[in-house]
Amino acid sequence: MTMTQTELANAAESNIDPTPIVLGPWALVWRKFRRHRLAMVSAVVVIFIYLVAIFAEFLAPFPTDQTSVRHTFAPPQPLALFVTDADGTRFRPHVKGLKMEIDREAMRRSFAVDAERIIPVGFFVKGYEYKLLGLIPANRHFFGPLDPRDPMYLWGADRLGRDMFSRIVMGTRVSMSIGLVGVAVSLVIGVAMGGLSGYYGGWVDTLIQRFIEFIRSVPTIPLWMGLAAAIPLDWPPLRTYFVVTVIVSMIGWTSLAREVRGKFLSLRGEDFITAARLDGLTDREVILKHMVPSFSSHIIASLTLAVPLMILAETSLSFLGIGLQPPLVSWGTLLKEAQNIRSIIEAPWLLIAPGSVIVVAVLALNFLGDGLRDAADPYSN
Amino acid sequence: MRGFLLRRLLYMIPTLFLVSITTFIIIQLPPGDYLDALAADMGEAGVENTAVMEALRQQYGLGQPMYVQYFKWMKGILLEGNFGISFEKNVPVNDLIWDRLAWTFGISILTLMFIWFTALPIGIYSAVRKYSVGDYVATFFGFLGLAIPNFLLALVMMYVAFKYFGQSVGGLVSPEYLNQPWSWAKFVDLLQHIWMPIFVVGTSGAAALIRIMRANLLDELYRPYVVTARAKGMSEFQLLLRYPVRVALNPFISTIGWILPTLVSGEIIVAVVMNLPTTGPLLLRALLVQDMYLAGSMILIVSVLTVIGTLISDLLLAWVDPRIRYQ
Repeated sequence: MTMTQTELANAAESNIDPTPIVLGPWALVWRKFRRHRLAMVSAVVVIFIYLVAIFAEFLAPFPTDQTSVRHTFAPPQPLALFVTDADGTRFRPHVKGLKMEIDREAMRRSFAVDAERIIPVGFFVKGYEYKLLGLIPANRHFFGPLDPRDPMYLWGADRLGRDMFSRIVMGTRVSMSIGLVGVAVSLVIGVAMGGLSGYYGGWVDTLIQRFIEFIRSVPTIPLWMGLAAAIPLDWPPLRTYFVVTVIVSMIGWTSLAREVRGKFLSLRGEDFITAARLDGLTDREVILKHMVPSFSSHIIASLTLAVPLMILAETSLSFLGIGLQPPLVSWGTLLKEAQNIRSIIEAPWLLIAPGSVIVVAVLALNFLGDGLRDAADPYSN
Repeated sequence: MRGFLLRRLLYMIPTLFLVSITTFIIIQLPPGDYLDALAADMGEAGVENTAVMEALRQQYGLGQPMYVQYFKWMKGILLEGNFGISFEKNVPVNDLIWDRLAWTFGISILTLMFIWFTALPIGIYSAVRKYSVGDYVATFFGFLGLAIPNFLLALVMMYVAFKYFGQSVGGLVSPEYLNQPWSWAKFVDLLQHIWMPIFVVGTSGAAALIRIMRANLLDELYRPYVVTARAKGMSEFQLLLRYPVRVALNPFISTIGWILPTLVSGEIIVAVVMNLPTTGPLLLRALLVQDMYLAGSMILIVSVLTVIGTLISDLLLAWVDPRIRYQ
């Protein structure tokens, strides 16, 4: 049988390059993750949200505590890009002014769009002073009204006339960071407990597993409610923040500990672990140098999936009024403003704006975590 | 089976003990106690009645070491079924909680049934028609159900019901039936209200179960025994229900164990938002005013009942799946 021309060429080519490119495990994980399109999109969304959290002051046009008596419950003002007047259509971002009308009979006031009044909006405008990244003093903001005293309520105003957009942007920092810090705390507890349980086995394992089962069999919300209600109201915001984070992190560590234990149990019998131990490595070295690296991708995936749980827990507690307290702005404390049906009917944006932000963040983190979990084991098909 | 039952019952004892201790520690956490708050109030009002205060303090063992208070409380519960007294309302805790607990567990169990009846068919459909439009829709709503916190969904539903259907929102019955005795009309009114908390609490659980059912069934659908059954000429529907669904159902039952605690938790939050006559609002109020025996009793009973519910689900699983019994 004779080879065709192309087959010969192919054979020649494979002779030229006998060693294929060898990819490390992390490169394989990355290659598998990239194929998961939804997870890729979610990764971009999550990065965007964390960037918002980092540069919150720069992005928020108004300080979160700036009230305005004349704009209580002002409805959202849509941002328009073009102005059409006698001179034709020009690019000029602006919002329309608001006219307040008081209905004396119903004893309430409503807002109407004042088409005459155009509030020009610019980029990199001067506004209130802040410290970028907590270090660099600055007063430029990404966008805002050219005259900082003009009203611009892109997502409406709350009962004190505070700008919801700015508050949500600032709340991003608190809510998203609680997720991260909470995950860090539960990582430490989870890996320590799961590691002890899986590495030593025996009665240590039984004790820890029973304890985890106990925690999982109890409805958590009443317990966390009790713990959170015990936080004195006069504590400084930072301490409240820290304690709420710890309470929230109590939720995530059990599933992490189980996962770590399972990995330890399956790795304990592997040849390379036995080899490492025969080489005279201590338990600590075996665990840190050989076991942890081989399941760190799984841990990262579980951690990503734990972040949204913690964000939801913080939001629920703050919403009930027993988590973070008002001077601190988080998505939960913002939703607290929309607690009763009357304020929602009067100002639906109090519910819609923070609510959609939470849903987007949690969805993105879930999809990202799912993609990471699929990619965590690059050798499986 | 008997050995399994015995073992599970024995495991429950330390769990219940831990539950009671945890509860007691939590309600003891806030600095001061209800009597301190009362004393401050009385001092402000200009009334000073140390004798009464001292009597109250004696009765509840307040100010004594924590373990003494714990034993006093537990002794009352175990020997007399006496959960103590609600400081704020000045009536026995027993008079306040049982109605509300019944509602909480009633709604939780109805929610569990709702979850089963929705998640099972949708999960099977998603697995059998993998990557169909219906599967994608189910997956999308599944993720959405997981991402929307309970209380947020409750608020949205209340807003929609009020704005577009003009329904009275909050509570389990319309205001005009509140203090009426039970009648057919009141029952119908209850049905018109109760679906909302059930739907709200159940969504996230249903979403999770749909995904579990889909994954389980997908593992089974392409097994050789399914091919064999098909080759024998069994009708597709009969085949599906008789073999792969039955196997896929086992992990499904075991999920009750973790779903019951989350349902009870969810119910408590949703009850606060929707102002239901269940444990939620009373517990929140009791925690905020440090009405410790009331709050503690509710946390304790809710936890104990959940642990028992989990036990029942475990027994159910052992009954369905012999492999668990003989582990």
